[in-house]
Parts: sequence; structure tokens; C-alpha cells
Amino acid sequence: MDLDRHTLLQLYRTMKTIRDFEERGIPETGQRGMSASVHSSAGQEAVPTGVCANLTDDDYIGSTHRGHGHCIAKGVDPKGMMAELFGRATGPNKGKGGSMHIADMSKGMLGTNGIVAGSVPLAVGAALTSKLRHGNRRVAVAFFGDGGANQGVLHECMNLASVWKLPVVFCCENNGYAESTPVEYALSTSRVSDRAAGYDMPGIHVDGMDVFAVYDAAREAVARARNGDGPSLLECRTYRYYGHTVFDNPLSYRTAEEEAHWRGRDPLKLFRETVIPQGEITPDQLDAIDAEVAALMEEAVAFADASPLPQPQELYDDVYVDYPVEMMRRGANMPV
Amino acid sequence: MTTTTATRELQVREAINEAIRQEMERDETVIIMGEEIAGGAGREHLGIVDAWGGPFRTTVGLIQQFGNQRVLDTPLSEAAFVGTAIGAASTGMRAIAELMFVDFIGVCMDQMLNNAAKMRYMFGGQVKVPFVMLTRIGAGFGSAAQHSESYYSIFSHIPGLKGVVPSDPYTAKGLLISAIRDDDPVVFFEHKGLYTNRGPVPEEPYTYPIGKARTVRQGSDVTLVGLSKMTWIANNAAEELAKDGINAEVVDLLSISPIDYDHVLESVRKTHRVVVVDEDTPVCSMASEICARVAEEGFDYLDAPPSRVTAPHTPVPYSRALENIYLPNETRVINTVKNLFR
Repeated sequence: MDLDRHTLLQLYRTMKTIRDFEERGIPETGQRGMSASVHSSAGQEAVPTGVCANLTDDDYIGSTHRGHGHCIAKGVDPKGMMAELFGRATGPNKGKGGSMHIADMSKGMLGTNGIVAGSVPLAVGAALTSKLRHGNRRVAVAFFGDGGANQGVLHECMNLASVWKLPVVFCCENNGYAESTPVEYALSTSRVSDRAAGYDMPGIHVDGMDVFAVYDAAREAVARARNGDGPSLLECRTYRYYGHTVFDNPLSYRTAEEEAHWRGRDPLKLFRETVIPQGEITPDQLDAIDAEVAALMEEAVAFADASPLPQPQELYDDVYVDYPVEMMRRGANMPV
Repeated sequence: MTTTTATRELQVREAINEAIRQEMERDETVIIMGEEIAGGAGREHLGIVDAWGGPFRTTVGLIQQFGNQRVLDTPLSEAAFVGTAIGAASTGMRAIAELMFVDFIGVCMDQMLNNAAKMRYMFGGQVKVPFVMLTRIGAGFGSAAQHSESYYSIFSHIPGLKGVVPSDPYTAKGLLISAIRDDDPVVFFEHKGLYTNRGPVPEEPYTYPIGKARTVRQGSDVTLVGLSKMTWIANNAAEELAKDGINAEVVDLLSISPIDYDHVLESVRKTHRVVVVDEDTPVCSMASEICARVAEEGFDYLDAPPSRVTAPHTPVPYSRALENIYLPNETRVINTVKNLFR
């Protein structure tokens, strides 16, 4: 790890933005009656931050249901994301998608996804485009969880990407639980990264609370992909601080001691403990970022609240590129 | 029997739970598997058992009573566990698999389409497949397009599958017991908006026949056919229409395969008009199927075109501003009915 000051501050800013978006945005969304499908990634910030710091807007990511962090790390505007969660027309998806479907193609963000491992083949497809049209210069990262690690489509995709030598990084955010089901029950191996061997690609396991460990491992995997050397599987062991959704009490299946252990390894705290003693960054600089991010969240909530709701006829927009609206309404006795 | 004289009341979620429990008590070959149907799996040594009791608590308590060999939490591998349940069902078990939301059917549809539905036919009748898929439908919760659809008509289209859409605790328990005892694969659709619906349920096990509709409101002027929660939207609309002198009959379809065409036709013979209220999308739907059948077999009864109130031909939108328009509601039913009397 030999990062310049700008990069260090940027890593911290990204993690803090994710944390505050979760801590502020989710309750705000709940107060507006839209929290049924919102999943907090608080605790997991180091993973999207460390991975996406190696990517540009031309690179692609596919995300999960727990995807706010991926969006922010890939450069999606938190104000627009907040508007999307509130169901407003100014969200990147115009209020059609919400938390589980945030997409911003201008940032190479191929969508959070409500189907477990659902975005993995999309990332592989983007990697194919990169190979065919961009000489592998664009890299795709497929994020999935330890739950997604057990979906057939992931395994088919790892095989295909290996066979076709596609510039893709399969990134498993192993937070220990698929909803309420612990990894030690559901996974056949203690490490998801071990499964790489079956697909003839490197399998790397890192501490997903340590943004520098994630950054370094991802840098290597991304470089390998860009060189045309094919895919990698990167497993980041992390933890989610909250339940599967706001309706889930995680203490029904895990212990307070376990939560305290992981919170003691908080990625923002670890960052400060690592960087400040090195003297390059002062606590004041990080505190200033905290204040900026808090102000940004304030602005995001105000922006979302001030944004218009979608107009009724927008119900029929973007189902297709080209299709008669009348054919979507016909026979249904719709009010608009 | 389409209603009950029982006085004990349960919620739909409790009725479903009781049906599974009683069938597991009655028949040791009944097993159930799915994601988080108990929850916190494998942590018995920490005193953790049944952490969730199911995502909507329909399976709560089963693992304590029947153990983790008959109540099986699964990895997030729908193709694997749905197919496994079908395989177990074809070799001596009565297997229930819970698919958390019907939107997830894409991942495991092949098991339904090419195994469950066709095995018996392709194998020349050598196997029975006593398999039940429990799954969930219904919009209205701000859960967007991958957690809100009501894809039951897809299943009614597949020869070899049966399907039921209960509307209250009584039909939920009776239809689920029928589904578990049935020797064919049955898909049981639970509407997320009905779990807390309360009603009388007999304590003893009973069956409600698959393929039988029922009339929940007598009327003479128009037949409203409802499915699942839409039965109650239709019923509310009927109450409003009565104030304007239109006496609507409400038929609760309850099964999507086989479909009780005769019950609908019998009602339309009396009322001369039919409106199907269906939360699924309209093209090639239950609503279009029923309208077509009424037009074919009940043409002479009709004083107005068979009509539908459905979702539009779009995915479910996230924003409440749009989701409220998407969903069929009482106003749309009332306006559609009134148009038939112009």
C-alpha cells in the first residue's frame, strides 16, 4: 500500500458517504413508507470502495440487492439515489426501480439487482463487449454475496468467463449470512475463493473490513483482466451491521458478541487507525470530510423531497423502446 | 362446502401453518424446504432454532416439532432445491418447496416446466409427483418489479401443473391440505396482502377441492370474478355498486388450474355480465382466459362484452405514485361495471 494523499482521502470519503447514505437515507426512506425493499450495507463499505477505486467510469459493475455502496463507489450521485429511494422522478431510474434496481449506465453501473446473483451474467456480458469492442480495456466487476455464491448462474458464468478469458472480476462480499442463514450451514467450503480452482482462475481471500487489503487485491485482479489474462475470484470477508432488511432483527440468529467483534473492526475506524499514525493524513482532514458528507446527505434528502413524483402516464414509459402504449392499456381498464 | 360454521378465527398465515403442520403429523413422508423457512440454520448449539419461522412466518414452529430432516432450510439455490423437491416427490416423499417470491421463478422454472409438469406424461404414467410449490404474489408494498409480480397465469398455461389462489384463511387451509394430498404438482399462491386477513377456520384437517370456485356474494346484475386478494377488491366494489342499484355477484375463482368455468358460466347465465378482476398482467392471462371461455360457451347469456380489470402490460413500478395506478382498485372495477350498463 503506497497510496498518495488524494487517493487516501478519496477512499475515506467514499466509505463515509456510503455509511452516511445507509444511516441517514434508510430511515428517511422508511419515514416515507418505502422501506420494504431497502437493504443496508453499513459495515461493508471497504469492499465496494477498495474495488471501485481501481475502476474508471468506462468500467462496469453489476451489483446486488445490498447495492447502495456499489453505486456510490462507482460514482452514482447520492442525491439522485436518495430521490430514487423516495420514488421520485429525478432518480436515475426515474422512480421506477428503487433501492434494488439503481442503475446509472453513464457510470458503468449495471444495476443493483433483486435476484440473487442476478447481475453476475450482466457483468460477464459487459466483459464480453469489452473483449470484442474495447480490447479488454474495460473491466467488469460482478458483485455478489455469500448467498449468491450458491446460485447456479454464478458457476455457469465463472466457467464461461474462464473459457472465453473475459476481463471480469467475480467479487464475493461474504458477510456471513444469506438473509438469516449462516455461511457455515450453506456453503460447502469454508472459503468461496476456493471455488476458483474449479474454473482455473485465481481465487483470493481478503479481509473485507480493511480497505487497503481489498484495494490491493482488486488492483491485481483488475490488472490481470485488463491484460487479457481472464477472470479472477476475489472473496472479501465482511459483515453487515444490520439485519437483512429493516424488518429483520439479526439477534434472532447471531450474537451481540459477534456484532461487537465486527463493529470493533469497523472499516472507517480501521482506516483512521492505519493512516493517521503514518502522518500523511490528519484527523482534522477526516473530520472535515465527515462534515462535508453530512452536509451532502442533508442536501440529498432536501433534493429528493423537493423532486416531483413520476407523472401517471410514465407508468408506460420504457417498458419497451418501441411499443404502442395503447397495447399496454388495452383491455385492462386503466385509469390513465 | 364453500364456507364454514367454525367459530375459531385464524389469520391466513396461521391457517397455512396449521395446514402444513397437520399434514406433516398425518403423513411422515411430507417434507418442506426453502430459504429461511426456519432461519439461522445450523446454530442449534447456540440455542438458535427457528430464527425467522419463514420470511412471513408461515412456517414458524415446524422445525421444533418435526426436526431439521423434514424442515430443511436451503442455500439460496432455487433451481437445486425446487428440483430436489420434485425428485424427492417422484420417489416416495410428499415434498413442499417454498419459493420466497414468485418473481424468483426465473431461476428455477426449468424444474417446473420440464420436470414437475412433464415427468408423468413423458414417462408413460410411471410416476406421480406429489409436489407443492408455495410461493408469494402481490404488489402494493413498494418492492418494485422483481418482488411484486402476480405471475400465476404463467403456471396455468403449463399442462401438468395445477394451481390455487386462496383468498382467506378458510380456503388457504383447505386448499393447502388438498395440494399436499394431491398426487400432481400444485402451485399454491399466497398473496402478501392477505396474511393478516382473519376468518373462521375449523381446527380439524379438511380439504377444499382444487378446481372449485365459490360465490362469496350473491347478485343478479353482473358477475365479478376475483382471484386471491382481488376477490376482496371486487367485493368492496360490489358494496359500492349496490348503493347505485347495481347488484353484483362475486365469484372467488380459487383455482387457476383446473379452472371452474362452469361456476362462472352458471353465474353469468343469471347476471348476463362479467368482469374479471385480476392483479396479473392482461395479455394471455387468467382474465383473458375466463373472458374467452364465457364468450365461447356463454355467448347467449351475455348482455354486454366480457370485461377485465387488470394490471397493465408493464412491470410493477417502484414509486407509489405509479404503483397505485398499476394496481386494480375498487374505482376501476366500479367504472368498468358502470360502463356495461350504459
